[in-house]
Amino acid sequence: MKVINNIKEEENLLSRLFRAIYRIRRVELEVARVYPSDVIKSPVHLSVGQEFISVAICDVLKKTDVVFGTYRGHALYLAKGGNLNAMMAELYGKLDGCCGGKGGSMHLADKSVNMMGTSAIVATSIPEAVGYALAIQYRAGNEVVVCFFGDGATSEGAFHESLNFASLKQLPILFVCENNDYAIHARLSDRAAQMDLYKLAESHHIPAQIFKESDILALRDLSNSMINEIRSGSGPQFLEAHAYRWLEHVGPGDDWNLGYRSEEEIRKWEKEDQVEVLGNLLPTDLRLQLEQEINNEVAESMIFAEKSPFPSREELTKHVYK
Amino acid sequence: MSINNKERQLTYGGAIYEAISQEMVNDDSVFVLGQGVDDPKGTLGTTLDLHKDFGVKRSFDVPIAEDGILGVAIGAALAGLRPINVHIRVDFLLLCMNQLINMAAKSNYMFGGKMNVPLVLRGAIGRSWGQGAQHSQAFHSFFMHTPGLKVVAPTFASDAKGAMIAAIRDDNPVVYLEHRMLYSLKEHVPIESFASELGKARILREGSDITIVGISHMVVESLRAHKHLEGVGISAEIIDPIWLSPLDIDTIVASVKKTGKLLVVDTAWLTCGVSSEICIQVIERLQSSQKIHVERMGYENTPCPTTKPLENMFYPNPSLIASKVHKMIYLDQEDWFPSVAESEEIAKFRGPF
Repeated sequence: MKVINNIKEEENLLSRLFRAIYRIRRVELEVARVYPSDVIKSPVHLSVGQEFISVAICDVLKKTDVVFGTYRGHALYLAKGGNLNAMMAELYGKLDGCCGGKGGSMHLADKSVNMMGTSAIVATSIPEAVGYALAIQYRAGNEVVVCFFGDGATSEGAFHESLNFASLKQLPILFVCENNDYAIHARLSDRAAQMDLYKLAESHHIPAQIFKESDILALRDLSNSMINEIRSGSGPQFLEAHAYRWLEHVGPGDDWNLGYRSEEEIRKWEKEDQVEVLGNLLPTDLRLQLEQEINNEVAESMIFAEKSPFPSREELTKHVYK
Repeated sequence: MSINNKERQLTYGGAIYEAISQEMVNDDSVFVLGQGVDDPKGTLGTTLDLHKDFGVKRSFDVPIAEDGILGVAIGAALAGLRPINVHIRVDFLLLCMNQLINMAAKSNYMFGGKMNVPLVLRGAIGRSWGQGAQHSQAFHSFFMHTPGLKVVAPTFASDAKGAMIAAIRDDNPVVYLEHRMLYSLKEHVPIESFASELGKARILREGSDITIVGISHMVVESLRAHKHLEGVGISAEIIDPIWLSPLDIDTIVASVKKTGKLLVVDTAWLTCGVSSEICIQVIERLQSSQKIHVERMGYENTPCPTTKPLENMFYPNPSLIASKVHKMIYLDQEDWFPSVAESEEIAKFRGPF
């Protein structure tokens, strides 16, 4: 019986992860597809290729756990359980968007699942995440905060100030550095004297791990053990997870024409695309069924966004203050 | 009991302390963080021993990392706590302007009204005894310029208490600016906990010839000028706006409508300052119905010098204020500079800084 249960659990896990990662990939590619029509009149920073990090980590979080992210935040928003219709309407600048159209792609939030608002200024949400973790400690809560940011953020003062404070106060927070090697068009080697970013955390006495594989299951296991330790009260931890940004920094296309990076770089990551890897682990009929469901859901979200009204004049001056 | 209460005097600093400690009793979510808040001086007494009375969780020292620490306070506020982030000088707030302007002021709006930041950011404006260029600035116009922030700069102890409690209870980020020269001034302060009305000015002297709006410590200096003006038959109405955002422009406009003349005396530079803002708002409201005369006074357009003789020239003082008003009333008369002793709180100040 036990064996059967394990197989069942394994299947559930695989289908759950595939569902989450395929859904994000579909959303991102649909956004890219409609982008030239200018229905989304705002910058988009797509997460294609990097989705597996958000999916792996959010899969082991509770709804009550809290995440902070960045302007490249579609994957995190969806992985944490953010409402897809509200996200799509937000991208379209509509009243039914998660922020009523006032945030857009760079400022997504869904408080109902503890997806905190994302910031368009590098590293600025890191101290906020630490402050939220302080509030959890203040109330003797059992929740964990996970703070996502890119490798570019590690050059900011706020990053170091935050790590020091989190370590000093032994706060319940996991820092996740998504290292895609590029800050817009600049390589890490041109920006950082210490390229082993996890060592920056160690210098603040924060236990740190580096994960360079394209392996969602292994990353999920690693983050699960880190989060369990944090939840048990062992203080903050740091995870440097590598990934590759398949598309341009901002916008819907690739950018090989710019010449700042070689197309060869993507080959390894494409070969190990976690959407395909997970999909191939599922029975074909289940995979097709999930894909169909998600394709329909994404199409419906775009119809929802299209149909939602634009905010009216009175919305302009609402919410400056509570 | 009630008689004792009415006679009860507190310093400005004592009033701030009392407001914070009463709110900490009243609401478990209120806490204090800032450099030196738990040290033996306790932020000029305003946070003294709060960590002993309420525990180190409720009042604690922080690393010298203004940007990160304000971010931490914002994050705690997003989680529903009510942090008070303390800075011994306003100048240090420049290090956390990114968090203040880009995050605290934007959060509620940018996230559709779902992510408000109930936060108090305290900064003391320094002056005298060689504070110099980097310990004497007052940036209320920076903060006023930004939608999403509220700004208060109380002058008197009772207002300091009522405004602090109002700021703590407000669901938005409030920048609370306190002037170092006001700390020793005493006033009757009710012992009960009370929150003053947000955005409500205080008329300190009623008058009919001119309206003087003072900002922070310049209210005190304007009141001194008022005495001398009475001696030459000038009836000046003195207004302390207390709150700069929201600004009680209605009270100021009503006064200028009566007097026809307005002088704004700021504890800051004039260019793009609160003095410009108040003058233009009054002009916009009254220019079509009456002829009005507006003037401004504030810092000399230089950094603040450290040496005393130059520093004295950098600030408006009661004699200069009285002289300016005299000129506005008696346009044709010769310049008049009443002899006024240096204000006591400035002359006596020897620190601690």
